[in-house]
Amino acid sequence: MHAVTIPATRAEVCVVACAEAWRGDGEILASPIGLIPAIGARLARATFEPSLLLTDGEALLGQGTWAIDAKPDVVEGWLPYRAIFDLIYNGKRHVMMSPSQIDVYGNVNISAIGDFGRPKAALLGVRGAPGNTVNHPVSYWVPRHTPRAFVAQVDTVCGIGYDRAAAAGESAARYHELRRVVSNLGVLDFAGQNRKMRLASVHPGVCVDQVRSATGFDLEVPSDVPVTRAPTAAELELIRSVIDPAGRREAEVGAAGGS
Amino acid sequence: MQHKLMTAAAVVAELRPGMTIGIGGWGSRRKPMSLVRAICRSDLADLTVVSYGGPDVGLLLAAAKVRKLVYGFVSLDSIPLEPHFRSARQAGTVEVAEYDEGMLQWGLYAASCRLPFLPTRAGLGSDVPRLNPALRTVRSPYEDGEELLAMPAVHLDVALVHANRADGFGNAQFLGPDPYFDDLFCTAADRAYLSCEKVVHTSDLTAAAPVQMLRIQRWMVTGVVEAPRGAHFTSCEPDYGRDEAFQREYASAATDPAAWAGFRAEYLDQEEAGYQAAIAARQAGPGCTP
Repeated sequence: MHAVTIPATRAEVCVVACAEAWRGDGEILASPIGLIPAIGARLARATFEPSLLLTDGEALLGQGTWAIDAKPDVVEGWLPYRAIFDLIYNGKRHVMMSPSQIDVYGNVNISAIGDFGRPKAALLGVRGAPGNTVNHPVSYWVPRHTPRAFVAQVDTVCGIGYDRAAAAGESAARYHELRRVVSNLGVLDFAGQNRKMRLASVHPGVCVDQVRSATGFDLEVPSDVPVTRAPTAAELELIRSVIDPAGRREAEVGAAGGS
Repeated sequence: MQHKLMTAAAVVAELRPGMTIGIGGWGSRRKPMSLVRAICRSDLADLTVVSYGGPDVGLLLAAAKVRKLVYGFVSLDSIPLEPHFRSARQAGTVEVAEYDEGMLQWGLYAASCRLPFLPTRAGLGSDVPRLNPALRTVRSPYEDGEELLAMPAVHLDVALVHANRADGFGNAQFLGPDPYFDDLFCTAADRAYLSCEKVVHTSDLTAAAPVQMLRIQRWMVTGVVEAPRGAHFTSCEPDYGRDEAFQREYASAATDPAAWAGFRAEYLDQEEAGYQAAIAARQAGPGCTP
């Protein structure tokens, strides 16, 4: 009766690690930026975090569980950009963004690589990162864990980390909260010394030294690093059959991590 | 009551070098592209452009119309990075004021309300104040004593926006999922020019859709231009989606000077009717010869 479940791929482990970012959040807007976080947010709501709100990627709040690139069956609200800004200021949101650079305190850059006045690579602009990070919980997804992404110092601070929040004063710090960083190699949090980034788990098949050498700063590593939890059979079924039946998730995860 | 119908050329004739021009829409969505193309054909220069930027910014940069850019991001949405924006930034040829998206909304709202600034948490601790050294903080006069960023009003000389429907007086309707910040652009400006897919009788506006979608009212609008497919190649839901194939052609041409010269000659160096005819011919594909 029961088919043997094919073991989880690295992308599927990452999906679940992203989903876990929203555990315990309750009735707030989960805003995933990027494919793996989007699958993760839908998975979280379909399983352990049923009260989350999700958009269709445009201006509608939808109920139920729908596939990537599909539209929700039931619309439960209207959330144009200006209403999202209101919601951000109200704090009822947890976004997962994908930075080009992130440092040990969680400062992130999505604006410009190199000198801002004449960058080597102009990216998107600061977008909503400054406002997001001082108003509500923020997590990050880094599909390729390399020393170019995990850097000693980001070139332009868009989303602010714990050192910047503390230095900027109470108004910047009171709602500032970085939850976790999920990469193709592992999960990191900010429970290190002075709220520095710390290795929280490694994905199955990844060793601690691999993460260390892919990180451009001195990474705090506890004496005992657990392995990121594997997806359950029910989660794999949801990911493979319902949320991402076309298997687009595999292309977004860095090949360096392998699987 | 006065009709405000005019042509894109008449709108451009109202603009002057050095003006601050706000452009509605968001990324590669419902941009007043026919008005932008008309500016590109003009001899205007030294503009300050304020935008949640997409190919409007790209085209104006490519045509060397921009002295300063005020923005939260510039993106083609389905293609994350705008190639003309990238090359202008990387060459250091355009002055910029890069703000958090919400700060820009606050700036437009402050201008709309005729206030000097609005306080916000957004930007605190980030590099936005370092990169915009004129920014100041303000302390709450109440018990909390919080120190917040004082986002200055972003006043516009002119706003350009594109709507799905409008009447000849400037009452305008969005029919897609998001009004974006078009009304704020209009009210932050001394004068707002609105292009639309179709000009209809006023009574037809509420016959077609709920009154709540009449986001723009005639007191906000100086002139109305009927511009069918005027947002092309950005999206104008539900009238049409983004022309992804053409956007890819645009983005690809933008990375190479020779290819860009060809793109310009084929599509941009002509009046709007010629542009739309070239697009229609492109979409029809190569003709069948008997």
